[in-house]
Amino acid sequence: MPYSVVGKSVKRVDAVAKVTGKAKYTDDFFERDMLVGKILRSPYAHAIIKSIDVSKARALPGVEAVLTHLTVPKVKFPTAGHPYSLDPSHRDKADRLILTDKARFVGDSVAAVVAVDELVAEKALKLIEIEYEVLEALTTPEAAMREGAPLIHEDCEQNILASRGYSFGDLEAAFSESDFVFEGEYETSPVQHCHLENQVSYAYLDGEGRLVIVTSTQIPHIVRRIVGQALDIPWGGVRVIKPYVGGGFGNKQDVTIEPLNAAMTLAVGGRPVKLELSREEAMIDTRTRHAFKFRIKTGLTKDGKINGIYIAAVSNTGAYASHGHSIASSGGGKFRYLYPAQAMKYEPVTVYTNLPVAGAMRGYGTPQIFFAYESHLDEIAHKLDMDPIELRQKNFVQVGHVDLLSKNRILSCGIRECVAKGKELIRWDEKRELYKNQSGDKRRGVGMACFSYASGTHPVSIEVAGARIVMNQDGSVQLQVGATEIGQGSDTVFAQMVAEVLGLPVEMVHVISTQDTDITPFDTGSYASRQTYITGMAVKKAAEEVKAKLLDFVWGMTDIPAETLDLRERNIVFKHNGEVVMPLEQAAMQTYYDTVFGRPLTSDTSNNARVNAIPFGVTFAEVEVDIKTGKIEVLEIYNVHDSGRIVNPQLAQGQVHGGVSMGIGYALSEQLLFDEKTGKTLNNNLLDYKLPTIMDTPDIGVGFVETEDPTGAFGVKALGEPPVISPAPALRNAVFAATGVALNRLPMNPQRVFEKFKQAGLI
Amino acid sequence: MAKKISFTLNGKAVNFEVDVRESLLDVLRYRLGYTGVKKGCGVGECGACTVLVDGMTVDSCIYLAVWADGREIRTIEGIAQDGELSVVQQAFVEEGAVQCGFCTPGLVLTTTALLESGREYTREELKRELSGHFCRCTGYKNILKAAEKSLEAGKRQCEE
Repeated sequence: MPYSVVGKSVKRVDAVAKVTGKAKYTDDFFERDMLVGKILRSPYAHAIIKSIDVSKARALPGVEAVLTHLTVPKVKFPTAGHPYSLDPSHRDKADRLILTDKARFVGDSVAAVVAVDELVAEKALKLIEIEYEVLEALTTPEAAMREGAPLIHEDCEQNILASRGYSFGDLEAAFSESDFVFEGEYETSPVQHCHLENQVSYAYLDGEGRLVIVTSTQIPHIVRRIVGQALDIPWGGVRVIKPYVGGGFGNKQDVTIEPLNAAMTLAVGGRPVKLELSREEAMIDTRTRHAFKFRIKTGLTKDGKINGIYIAAVSNTGAYASHGHSIASSGGGKFRYLYPAQAMKYEPVTVYTNLPVAGAMRGYGTPQIFFAYESHLDEIAHKLDMDPIELRQKNFVQVGHVDLLSKNRILSCGIRECVAKGKELIRWDEKRELYKNQSGDKRRGVGMACFSYASGTHPVSIEVAGARIVMNQDGSVQLQVGATEIGQGSDTVFAQMVAEVLGLPVEMVHVISTQDTDITPFDTGSYASRQTYITGMAVKKAAEEVKAKLLDFVWGMTDIPAETLDLRERNIVFKHNGEVVMPLEQAAMQTYYDTVFGRPLTSDTSNNARVNAIPFGVTFAEVEVDIKTGKIEVLEIYNVHDSGRIVNPQLAQGQVHGGVSMGIGYALSEQLLFDEKTGKTLNNNLLDYKLPTIMDTPDIGVGFVETEDPTGAFGVKALGEPPVISPAPALRNAVFAATGVALNRLPMNPQRVFEKFKQAGLI
Repeated sequence: MAKKISFTLNGKAVNFEVDVRESLLDVLRYRLGYTGVKKGCGVGECGACTVLVDGMTVDSCIYLAVWADGREIRTIEGIAQDGELSVVQQAFVEEGAVQCGFCTPGLVLTTTALLESGREYTREELKRELSGHFCRCTGYKNILKAAEKSLEAGKRQCEE
């Protein structure tokens, strides 16, 4: 069906506000006499607080309050931005206190100050005296799981947070029936989101004594709930407001500073207090991407058909659970869709260590597992002397496949077309041939890697989304959604959907970009690439409800049955021939002021989506490797996605560019470094942490294979996170093709590559 | 210690008393309310706080407010004229160079300075000029396209 607005590269609804500096982010709002909050951080990775003396800090003029674990509620709470579950066994681990009585990583919050300004607050922090009993710092999962290691959290033996995996089919039989069983080991490193806007919030008590928190978050309704839990106050007593957000990438799908900020304002009688993390703080005390180690076995027939897969994974979650084992579970779950084998066993273990806390980050466990498995597949292809594409093609999922465990059914799948398109873009066959048998100091190679993902979290969590539409006298509408715009472009896509249904130009759909939990419809937030797919369903439903009400109203005005009418280009028209019945504005005006039937048209809708559409895609990359220095240059890179119908090609391409860039950083340069003895982070700033600049980023090519998924509004599937998943393994496979050296550990920075080349005898 | 300074801010004269330790960023954002100047790191690494000082790009977070004395400062708030987007702003909107928008004001200002320099830049030179700005959303592709489009549009304007 042809659409008039959906599928068009409409300009972002917030673009003008953002290029003029008018878009207001959390720190752009001011309250009178706002106080400043600052956090005292533990210098030790693992230490019990024996005593705290705050008397000197408290006595400093300008200090309004000093908070410690003794003065804040001692209620353990979870921080992960997941929907609440009525089933206690399905809830996130509650292991966090607003201020801790035991330091579990270097940078853990042990005390806080509220003062009239930043300088006084900083001075006061230095006056707080703490006596610690220092414990052994456990900086690796191996150390943490060792017999007799001290426990980071008393209730987790061997420091294992969880180890739930899955298993289906007879793996032993699958392996014994295989002609080959290949094994491999792979490892990824912790990286950081590095959204440009650091975590920042301010909080106060309003005139009615309710707690108001303005914060840079992806999940306002979840912040409300978790602040309620942390302070042990009714959830309805908390109001969370989310203005424009300067990027999140999953880091703001977690509750980090808000409970402490709330405690700060309560400590000063409800006066406004701002809590802003510096870049250095944000890089140690928000979240990171889990580092993983994998051990994989795959059994295949000699013609390349996968019989069975075994994956063991160790995930390092750092000092607190945050999203914890969900990352390992989700990675293993989303991986299953791409190459369904008859038997599979996944054994992940998530381990606490005394390092900064790992949580949600774009891709949510999939960049790790696909790096491992897609690298593994290229080694298998090499050993079988088979083209890596051919090996994958023999194993790709088919439409109609029902996942044994999630019961999600594949209703659309464009992975074969994505691969065909990518292969052509990079000129695969020609270059594979050309780059055979190189021996110089600079060698080129092409590589590829695929992925599968999901659209939202069904059936793991609820997928409730809310949308509200109010039609104005001129026929324009306001749209409110609970899902948050954080840069991805969801507000624009929702405006397009409403415009499509109501026959309006996009400019007549006014999206209220700010979420306010007192006003905004309930939605769990922006994560899991769920906005266009899940919230899109609610938005479409709300628009259709307004349309139905309007046509019904016009029926009353004209005696023309509603089912014969439609909305097009700001007119009420006959559906069959487009003849104009009346301008939309006339009908809208009547809904407001008709003395008998006047009743302005609104819709306030919620949708519970009990479906999940599986997106697919592939990265193709060409590299040039400098053998003598270990430097890898990306010459060409293409991501081709099956994300269902693309609502806005320009915005969709932008998502892919950003994801690929993040994937290149993950592959080649980014890594948070820790001192293995002390657990101290060594590079928590943007100078030493190697985030790609424009100089490091090649031209990124994008392709789409537009399938139409019957479950998504307008046929959409997820796109937000997927672009980051496959660049790293594709680059790794390109280097493998160029040099024959298997780089099975990320990042592939010059030092590590150089060392591997030396081991392999290339240097 | 306080010091009185005078400078031009987006074309208007400003007389202001600042603490000698204050950064230009803090004065612009928190005392004068120019919140389009963004703070991403506070130590001159990310470029979000870029403003133009006498036409030159400066990280305002590591530029003392007292140094602005006698100079001409331009922020993102002064780029659109009479409600009309500038060539650069228009290019950023059209090319889809904006996502979360936090790095956008700084990049618009740097591109504005490049355009006003009247110089021509190769793609590689342009990338080098823009490399003081981090962006985590866009992969820089559409930013580069917007910058190139801005400079071309600027060139056309000069020729006309």
